[in-house]
Amino acid sequence: MNIPENLKYTKDHEWIRVEGEEAFIGITDFAQGELGDIVFIDIDTEGETLEQEETFGTVEAVKTVSDLMMPVAGEVLEVNPALEDSPELVNKDPFGEGWMIKIKLSNVSDIDDLMSAEDYAAIIEA
Amino acid sequence: MKITAFNAIHKECGARMVPFAGYEMPVEYSGITDEHMTVRNGVGVFDVSHMGEIWVKGPKALDFVQKVTTNDVSALTIGQAQYSCFPNGKGGIVDDLLVYYYEENKYMLVVNASNIEKDWNWLVENQIEGAELENASDNISQLAIQGPKATAVLQKLTDVNLDEIKYYTFTVGKFAGIDNVIISATGYTGAGGFELYFYNDHADAIWKAIFEAGQEEGIKPIGLGARDTLRLEMGYCLYGNDIDDTTSPLEAGLGWITKFTDEKDFIDKDFMLKLKEDGINKRLRGFVMIDRGIPRHDYDIVTAEGEVIGKVTSGTQSPVLQKGIGMGYLKKGYTKLGTEIYIQVRKRRLKAEIVKLPFI
Repeated sequence: MNIPENLKYTKDHEWIRVEGEEAFIGITDFAQGELGDIVFIDIDTEGETLEQEETFGTVEAVKTVSDLMMPVAGEVLEVNPALEDSPELVNKDPFGEGWMIKIKLSNVSDIDDLMSAEDYAAIIEA
Repeated sequence: MKITAFNAIHKECGARMVPFAGYEMPVEYSGITDEHMTVRNGVGVFDVSHMGEIWVKGPKALDFVQKVTTNDVSALTIGQAQYSCFPNGKGGIVDDLLVYYYEENKYMLVVNASNIEKDWNWLVENQIEGAELENASDNISQLAIQGPKATAVLQKLTDVNLDEIKYYTFTVGKFAGIDNVIISATGYTGAGGFELYFYNDHADAIWKAIFEAGQEEGIKPIGLGARDTLRLEMGYCLYGNDIDDTTSPLEAGLGWITKFTDEKDFIDKDFMLKLKEDGINKRLRGFVMIDRGIPRHDYDIVTAEGEVIGKVTSGTQSPVLQKGIGMGYLKKGYTKLGTEIYIQVRKRRLKAEIVKLPFI
């Protein structure tokens, strides 16, 4: 199972990569595998400021639909434009080209409460 | 949890297994979209051994099957199969099924896995003298080999001329060296092909033979996930979603398997005749999403103003159309083809249009 060391994780299987006061958010390799073929990423919260664990969108797989949750509080700056036509990028490259949103963190220090790669590996292997 | 005779094979093939109707079943192998398109364009194999098989035998077998099903069994000749349903005595449906006229005084009823026990109890409750019942579900395995290349693959394994087996007919013959295999030109995909019934002992041998024979055609195992998207593209009902104990066959668009001929008496005949004369208040329809989105089971169907006019019973993203498709019951007055409806998808109302089935 691919779990990059440089990211932080949530129990809801989102990852976050912090770059200064901004961060990229997506779902993990484990999550995309559980969902199966992803056919639509539905995010209409661009420009909104959301709380931690608030829903920022939904991911639709052939078989099921799942909410996407904010790992930390922040303002949604951008939705990955490539996902409009190629939602399958989330299956193919969940930690890279399949990123979902870019946010401005409300409090940079919130990151410290999230899981490390090692902690996350422990929960999905449990 | 129960398993089918193919359980170990599924795991070797890398299937993701899930509990379904009391069985551990494969939901997907290579991915639902890939499996779906394999069946539409090539050939795929489904383990559907969880389905139930009930034999009805004896001098009154025909009378009994006539009584408990809505379709006209007397219209069958030996070697024909028929889609039908069991009415439940209250105007609803106990289950939908296939009736096979196997030989004189002998019929095979193929029912949904989730309903085997309920069906069995219902049949026993309504049993008549001269019609013997046998539940063979645990002894019989079933594979569905579906897709435009299915006939070419299977023909390599039998001397029976498969081209002569017309849609909704079957024969009993030697297949892959095994005697007495039921070779049935039926399926739940609309892609063509066959369903095979045989005893569990032969499961390994038959699976291996089919996959060897289909290698050059690119044959693949197909899970329940693609089984659902394939049947939905054809507008076929799924028991528990689109039909159940509260829906009438007439509301479900199954009037064509509900026969009110003089020769045929069946449970709920009077009830359904009256419903037919009075007119139904809701009707199962197919719809295609115009706005981008995917309808799901239990979502509300609404007007532009938000008035609830129905409920989605099945929905998915069609791999062939690359659009959301669904079925649902609509209130009288909103069932015309071409009617613009809206699907309440979370906080949004997404536009859709009622279309004629099948979707493709």
